[in-house]
Amino acid sequence: MTARPVVAEDRAAAERQAAGGAPPPLGRERLLELYYYMRLTRSLEERLTNLYRQGKVIGGLFRSLGQEADSVGSAYALDRAAGDMLAPLIRNLGSLLVMGARPEEVLRQYMAKATGPTRGRELNVHFGDLGRGFVGQISHLGDMVPVMAGVALTFRMRRQGRVALVYVGDGATSTGAFHEGLSLAAARRLPLVVIVENNGWAYSTRLERQTAVRGLAVKAGAYGIPAAREDGNDVLAVFAVTRAAVERARAGGGPTLIELLTYRRKGHAEHDDQHYVPKEELARWEANDPLERYARLLTSRGWLAADELAAADARVTGELDRAVAATEGDPAPEPESALEGVWASPARQPAPWYREGGAARG
Amino acid sequence: MAEVTYLEALRQGLQEEMRRDERVFILGEDVGHYGGAFKVTDGFLAEFGEERVIDTPISEAAIVGAAAGAAHLGMRPVAEMQFIDFISCAYDMLTNYVATSRYRANLPCPIVVRGPAGGYVRGGPFHSQNPEAAFLHTPGLKIVCPATARDAKGLIKAAIRDDDPVLFFEHKYLYRRIKEQLPLPGDGDLVTPIGQARLAREGRDLSIITYSAMVWKALEAAERLEREDGLAVEVLDLRTLLPMDDAAITATVKKTSRVMVVHEDTRTGGVAGEITARINETAFEWLDAPVLRVTAADTPLPYAPALEDYVLPQTADIVTVARKLAAY
Ligand SMILES: Cc1ncc(C[n+]2csc(CCOP(=O)(O)OP(=O)(O)O)c2C)c(N)n1
Ligand SMILES: [Mg+2]
Repeated sequence: MTARPVVAEDRAAAERQAAGGAPPPLGRERLLELYYYMRLTRSLEERLTNLYRQGKVIGGLFRSLGQEADSVGSAYALDRAAGDMLAPLIRNLGSLLVMGARPEEVLRQYMAKATGPTRGRELNVHFGDLGRGFVGQISHLGDMVPVMAGVALTFRMRRQGRVALVYVGDGATSTGAFHEGLSLAAARRLPLVVIVENNGWAYSTRLERQTAVRGLAVKAGAYGIPAAREDGNDVLAVFAVTRAAVERARAGGGPTLIELLTYRRKGHAEHDDQHYVPKEELARWEANDPLERYARLLTSRGWLAADELAAADARVTGELDRAVAATEGDPAPEPESALEGVWASPARQPAPWYREGGAARG
Repeated sequence: MAEVTYLEALRQGLQEEMRRDERVFILGEDVGHYGGAFKVTDGFLAEFGEERVIDTPISEAAIVGAAAGAAHLGMRPVAEMQFIDFISCAYDMLTNYVATSRYRANLPCPIVVRGPAGGYVRGGPFHSQNPEAAFLHTPGLKIVCPATARDAKGLIKAAIRDDDPVLFFEHKYLYRRIKEQLPLPGDGDLVTPIGQARLAREGRDLSIITYSAMVWKALEAAERLEREDGLAVEVLDLRTLLPMDDAAITATVKKTSRVMVVHEDTRTGGVAGEITARINETAFEWLDAPVLRVTAADTPLPYAPALEDYVLPQTADIVTVARKLAAY
């Protein structure tokens, strides 16, 4: 696979690709499922934004508006039945949902509920479930690359034919951990796919100030592994490029680095008013919305009918109504539960002697 | 005089040093165009230009390493960690390279590494850390932890002028919550000497030795103990952890004979253990009670308010322990 140039902002790219009466690249059910996950991602984040404004989301809120195709299309290319695994980043809610994370879990995480997957210990999408194939991330950028190299190493040692996938942002490609993990994976030809999400910004820092190279795919060359560059707002293109890398890894061909060109349409987090982002640039990417683009493609090609998409939208609305209703009133964790689970054994840290008889107030 | 926040005082200190000495420059993630994640360097790019306010790629190792190289040649770099939790990515640079440079190679390394530390902000395990104990064990580094606006300003200025590497741990809970009357910028030279503790409150019955945001909890507890128990509690704000002000610690031990050490960081291997050992070695015969600690529990810092509040020290804990000490 070689890096091929794409024009991510060309909203007609997907339409052109499908021109000439081409048959759908996936069955109707799978096309619809991709649409459903993208819509679910966007709508769940909109619900979270409302909860954030009501003060029910305790910490920060991170959006992936405009990046849903990149998360959903790439995760969808894994073979979940075969036991493939991924490690998401803060903007990969869509990848988690594809792997089977439930909106209820995400809501409980953000609202710090006792019933959430980390029982209030960790925030937002920082949670994992090996059974469903996702490993919980930490904040430190780049750290998941070597970790997922180790997951891939184990797949290979056990001759399991499974593949690991890890995401990094454009900014995170500056970290040592990214390079060191990639170097290890490449040297050992491990079954690892590295998705670099080039969304133009790392907090307030533009790509031009982050790196001297024009595109991030070239970083693969230094490690002797192939790279691809794809329009990250075209969900079918993302799926296809990732699927090829996944199958290559499964066949023993080693890692691939995929640069997905997309755009962060919100601030770094909800508190950031992104005043530093040029308005025209935002408008251009709004016009290249991955969800609208995909819906247009599906209906204009006649692959799916508009009312099928509307039914998927309605399904999402219903599921999220129920998810919010089911989680909003959940209890906060018991204070003393903070002491559990630092080690396997002993399983509980001693309470400070001055706390005997319960939590201090004030 | 004007009323300024901790954050504004810090900004003034940085700004005054940059105006005073053109060798001083700033580097870090989003410090220039954005003015820093907490806006500590807001406006600096416009005043000092891109050569002295440098937006870097995301690499704490490169930020600290580059600061060290510049410092060898006589520059005075101030490196920002966007959150102090990410200083761990520069641990190798700081403990192996920077801390040893003077001793092993006669290379001065006058850098400042600063950033927001601390909890009580629902930041979860990676935006709340207090990393001082990880560095206390490394000879060659200095560590300061201001608790007041005056010291935020005075200590950043001292840190920049210091000929050794200084880790400057700001408390993000204090950034906009505390205010103080300070001289206007340029009106005198407010410098807090590194290595000197400050008596935040005088008392004769028992002493609380602490630093950073815990100074305010200790003061709150002291007021309550005076009101409810008639106890006169002394609060010693260490301000600098390395080098430690042993004279001030010994003086308060001799004065009250009952001592508690309070910090926000976790308990095992924390700074309080070191302070307690020093007191045992130098002032044991002055004690009327064992030295007691109030600290965070030994867990990563959880996100949910109920959990975070349970793990972190609270004013009520200090009151409970003070009563036990007083009754000993
Ligand atoms: C090692 C490290 N340093 C600094 C940070 C603070 N930080 C959090 S996100 C971010 C920008 C990330 O940009 P990018 O990798 O492009 O991801 P994006 O937010 O665009 O998805 C920074 C600097 C961090 N999380 N980890
Ligand atoms: Mg980015």
